[in-house]
Amino acid sequence: MSPEVKRKTHKLGELRKNSLAMIVKVGRAGDDVSQVARLMEMGLLEGSSVEVVHEAPFGADPIAIRVRGILVALRRSEANAVEVLIHD
Amino acid sequence: MIEKKGKSLRKNFKIALIGNPNCGKTALFNALTGGNAKVGNYPGVTVERKEGWVSSPGGLSFNLLDLPGTYSLEARTPDERITSEVLFGHRHEEEMPDVLIAVADATHLERGLGLILELRALGKPVVLALNMTDLAEKQGLMLDWVILARELGVPVIPTVATQTQGVQELLTAVEHQLRSVGGFWSQQVPIQNFQISHEEGIKRRFAEIDRILALAVLKPSQPSRWTDRIDRLVLHPLWGSLLLVLILGLVFQAIFTWAQVPMELLRSVVGWLGEQVAHRMPEGPLQSLIVDGVIAGVGSVLVFLPQILLLFLFILILEDSGYMPRAAFLMDRLMGRVGLHGRAFIPLLSSFACAIPGIMATRTIEDRRDRLTTILVAPLMTCSARLPVYSLLIAAFIPNRLVLGSLRLQGLVMFGLYFFGVFAALMVAMLLRRSLLKGPKPPLLMELPTYKWPSPRSIWMGLLERCRLFARRAGTVILAVSILLWFLASYPKPLQGQPGPAIAYSYAGRIGHALEPWVKPIGFNWKIAVALIPGFAAREVMIGSLATVYAVEGQGEKGVKDILGAKLAKDWSVATAMSLLVWYVLACQCFSTLAVTRRETNSWTWPGFMLAYMTCLAYAGSFLTYHFAVALGFG
Repeated sequence: MSPEVKRKTHKLGELRKNSLAMIVKVGRAGDDVSQVARLMEMGLLEGSSVEVVHEAPFGADPIAIRVRGILVALRRSEANAVEVLIHD
Repeated sequence: MIEKKGKSLRKNFKIALIGNPNCGKTALFNALTGGNAKVGNYPGVTVERKEGWVSSPGGLSFNLLDLPGTYSLEARTPDERITSEVLFGHRHEEEMPDVLIAVADATHLERGLGLILELRALGKPVVLALNMTDLAEKQGLMLDWVILARELGVPVIPTVATQTQGVQELLTAVEHQLRSVGGFWSQQVPIQNFQISHEEGIKRRFAEIDRILALAVLKPSQPSRWTDRIDRLVLHPLWGSLLLVLILGLVFQAIFTWAQVPMELLRSVVGWLGEQVAHRMPEGPLQSLIVDGVIAGVGSVLVFLPQILLLFLFILILEDSGYMPRAAFLMDRLMGRVGLHGRAFIPLLSSFACAIPGIMATRTIEDRRDRLTTILVAPLMTCSARLPVYSLLIAAFIPNRLVLGSLRLQGLVMFGLYFFGVFAALMVAMLLRRSLLKGPKPPLLMELPTYKWPSPRSIWMGLLERCRLFARRAGTVILAVSILLWFLASYPKPLQGQPGPAIAYSYAGRIGHALEPWVKPIGFNWKIAVALIPGFAAREVMIGSLATVYAVEGQGEKGVKDILGAKLAKDWSVATAMSLLVWYVLACQCFSTLAVTRRETNSWTWPGFMLAYMTCLAYAGSFLTYHFAVALGFG
């Protein structure tokens, strides 16, 4: 696959349990800067791989993801600030 | 504090401990100080300030400051703000530390090192305590210490805080740093550029960590699969929820059933003590003061110590093991329905023991409105101080018959009162979040730490701290109130030949009579009004005061709970008892709660609001309950 062919990205908050993905972008236009920084401090950086490992009861929200060796809990709405490429 | 700085021959050096949450920083603090520490608060905010003292092997005296855990010096919560303010020298009452001990969890090297890079840029001497190295080694980590220290530019000392390993080495390293301030280590690495954005800084730090770890780590650790395995159950949507219910059930079972044994024991000791004193002392005002005032009053509160300790034991274990954030994860959606954060679950759960630690635990909630809402509803959760009043009234007024097969009516009523408290808290939270404290939903984002065996040492210290607080309370507020009330209820004495109970002529009786028209609509008599006044100092004191009010009246009879219950059953209607129970669920009868709220919110507005709304709610609730019960024929 040539670099020009753009693969479709997803929002992290859309992923179901056991999905594996790589982060391509953290923060959208208009996102709260300190919130984006917080995500990054937790290790959600471009190039980090993430795995959705748990979904909470009552509507599968929040989710717990594994990123850079730790388990991070966040709501799907917060995870939507992170754009990912799903691993096949 | 500032004056001290000027002294030329300063012998005490200030050392600060800094680290991520869950890195074992507090365990290391305990290992270093051996419990030789003082817990206080930073002025203006209720962030706990922990300072300890220790001598280094070379004979230097260190003041050790345990700074709140943080991921970054870019502070967002009140706790984190303290850490960065101290480190940047923005808190004037706190001297700048001479040396920083950075604590990092060796099993999560990638995490802890980011903060070190930030600390290094401060230009202060730093020593890295690489904690939990035993665990990391067990997980197969092989690390070149020399390379790690060289690349980080700070000395690295492996520690196992829970077993006080590496403590002496750490202190020696701090000594070396003090002797060579501005020397070898702190100069080796150029100070980072502050001109870049915070986001860019985080990216660079992670890149730098990746670079260092690639050099220093010979073999990476295989993360413990245990946490994964446990989480498969604990965070499972169905089993995890059931487990949470089970844990809560166990906690309540423990405080209602198991705690009864030591409580009965204490109760009989208090009763025995009262009898002994009554026997050995000549009758008179002094005997009355000691038996009816001090022993009956303080004793009625002291018997709750086992219950409070047992509850805190559970909370400490759940916190120490790493379960609490998981409970927040499971509960976030439900809490979110009423506009609360998942993290509010922990403070509200603690409030079942006592609203004061509960309110103090709200510090972990970042958002101001969220935090205020949690603080304001925390006292509606049924604290253990209400329990004695509940059990007294239930035993006296609710028949202990079986209902719906095998359930006891008394137990059911008790459960109902707890449920009512929770329900009221959630409703009020929802209303507040939709009116006064309206605002965007704050994020949940948090780390779910690796499970750990709770350290018996830190749990023991936590319980000891509780005991100390309780003893102080019993020895001061409760003692003073008991004596005051005894005086108010005993004097002035009725004149010879005046009819009716003696207490009717006392000051307490007069206050009660003055309040009677106000409390009559909710079914209370003047004696309840009398007892409610000291109950405001501490809820559980009401039992003691009811005992005083009724015992003094009954010709020197001792205020033993059963006798009191029987007396109340004769004197009150069921409707009155139910009204009082509802009052106890809803009213803010605790001066300490208001005081801690003031400290937390830094204004009298919110405690004032808390008192006002809870009193209105309680009055309305009791009014409805009383009239409903009377209409049903329980008048």
